[in-house]
Amino acid sequence: MVQFFTGSQFITSMELGLLYGLVALALFISFTLLNIADLSTDGCFTLGCAVGASVTVAGHPFLAFPAAMAACACSGFVTALLQTRLGVQSILAGIIVNTGLYTINFLAMGSSANLNVFGSDTIFSLAKNVSENPLYRKLYTVIILLAVVLVICAFLHWFLNTTLGLSIRATGDNASMVRASSVNPAFTITVGLCVSSTLTGLSGALLAQYQKSCDINFGTGQVTIALASLMIGMTLVRKGPIFVRAFGAVLGSCLYRLIVAIAMKFNMPAEFLKLASAIIVTAAICIPYMRGQISFYRRRIRKDRSRA
Amino acid sequence: MSEHMLEMVHVTKTFNPGTVNEKTALNGVSLVLEKGDFATIVGSNGAGKSTLFNAITGAFYTDDGTILLDGEDITFKKEHLRSRDIGHLFQDPLMGTAPHMSIEENMSLAYLKASRHKSMFSSITRREKEFFREQLSQLGMGLEDRMKNPVGLLSGGQRQALTLVMATMVTPKILLLDEHTAALDPATADIVLDLTKKIVRENSLTCLMITHNMHQALEIGNRTLMMDNGHIILDKSGEERASMTVEDLLEQFRIQAGMELDNDRILLSE
Repeated sequence: MVQFFTGSQFITSMELGLLYGLVALALFISFTLLNIADLSTDGCFTLGCAVGASVTVAGHPFLAFPAAMAACACSGFVTALLQTRLGVQSILAGIIVNTGLYTINFLAMGSSANLNVFGSDTIFSLAKNVSENPLYRKLYTVIILLAVVLVICAFLHWFLNTTLGLSIRATGDNASMVRASSVNPAFTITVGLCVSSTLTGLSGALLAQYQKSCDINFGTGQVTIALASLMIGMTLVRKGPIFVRAFGAVLGSCLYRLIVAIAMKFNMPAEFLKLASAIIVTAAICIPYMRGQISFYRRRIRKDRSRA
Repeated sequence: MSEHMLEMVHVTKTFNPGTVNEKTALNGVSLVLEKGDFATIVGSNGAGKSTLFNAITGAFYTDDGTILLDGEDITFKKEHLRSRDIGHLFQDPLMGTAPHMSIEENMSLAYLKASRHKSMFSSITRREKEFFREQLSQLGMGLEDRMKNPVGLLSGGQRQALTLVMATMVTPKILLLDEHTAALDPATADIVLDLTKKIVRENSLTCLMITHNMHQALEIGNRTLMMDNGHIILDKSGEERASMTVEDLLEQFRIQAGMELDNDRILLSE
């Protein structure tokens, strides 16, 4: 096993898991809590990546994050606006924004389909030079990403327990009850989608600095992968306080990356990844349903037998 | 402020106008409720009772007419803004609460109505938690010890009782009860109904209650209304109401509506 799966490969999967875990957190808000399938996630991820890369190349490795997050908050706002004020169905709103973002992303990278960040300072390159310690050199990326994820989980724990957060959670649960509590669901959906898109954007910007590049196709399939992570996470942690559930989604993302890494070991071509994540999502949704069906058929067969 | 709590003047609502499904659910309804009035409403299915409630809560805007609540014209006020002053309970106990959230969280959402000036970024305070426990202990259902439980785990009766507390915790100007005990078993229905009467009495609430139980229609509250085909066809209170029997009420229905009661849900219960 040690030869089969090295420590550095494990660390790389954890890095990717934590990084993409932020998108799983975004879907935790939009999909689990608001009960909205936000299909603009793909484009939004690329937007965060593109804006993050551009600002990093301009020599502002730290400013890259608020810039990317602000850009994605705007994208989330538009998605919400379409479905709450302009009567567009929520799934369609996501698809429309996703399509529009392709052009925006292209422009954000200076009218180019990709952008290199090589040679510019990133938070990772800056952190690397802090210490010569070999153990630190191995783990500094994980440390940074873990810190970011923990801060975000803590933020969500606080935010989703405020009165505004409670209204957002109730919107996906029973919108008419939210209205009866003198809160406009259009408002809670807007805030929720903005926060969720912001997290997607943060993830995108981190990827730009982590991979030192950005490509117009980075976001493709992100929503499915994040859903797969979220589903795995929700099987790991079913209930508990928000912090635990949110961190469960990130753990799901880490586990997903680990599974992918193992699959790669069996010489699975990288192109198969998206099919694999599609299958994982399908399985995660189908299995609980199939279980119910199977127990029903079992019961029926048993009954038929006892009659015969 | 006005002595009238609710004043509806010639309120009209037509659904699907200009189609074969056109239905005038409210046809020039005028109704005045004094402060502290507790009126019951009877009428066959499709008579416009629930539509009347929805017109008051603002689920849709009316086509014509004016609605005043405590002297304020709310005809074009948005639904979520009206809800500060209106408590609304439905027949389905699932309608009034969020199942995946705890009792405490549900109550603090309902309590938002009171905390107009509170920051949206504040959490539930210890004092509020204590207040919620107190409110729940009135029910005598032991819910005050299950504050952290998700509401989805409660029975229909418990959920309806919780919804009742949530709707009246911040005293509403008017409480609308839409057959709120109809989906409960008889024993639980009695408990919830007694609670309703107690809460309405203690807070001297103005209340409208839809029921299909003719005994309830005459016994509870101080006024009985009957609706048919988008009109209020009968309005009795005081002496007139006190001398009325269930048979009278049914007879009135026949005369006023000019039709026979056949397979309707209006049946003698008990």
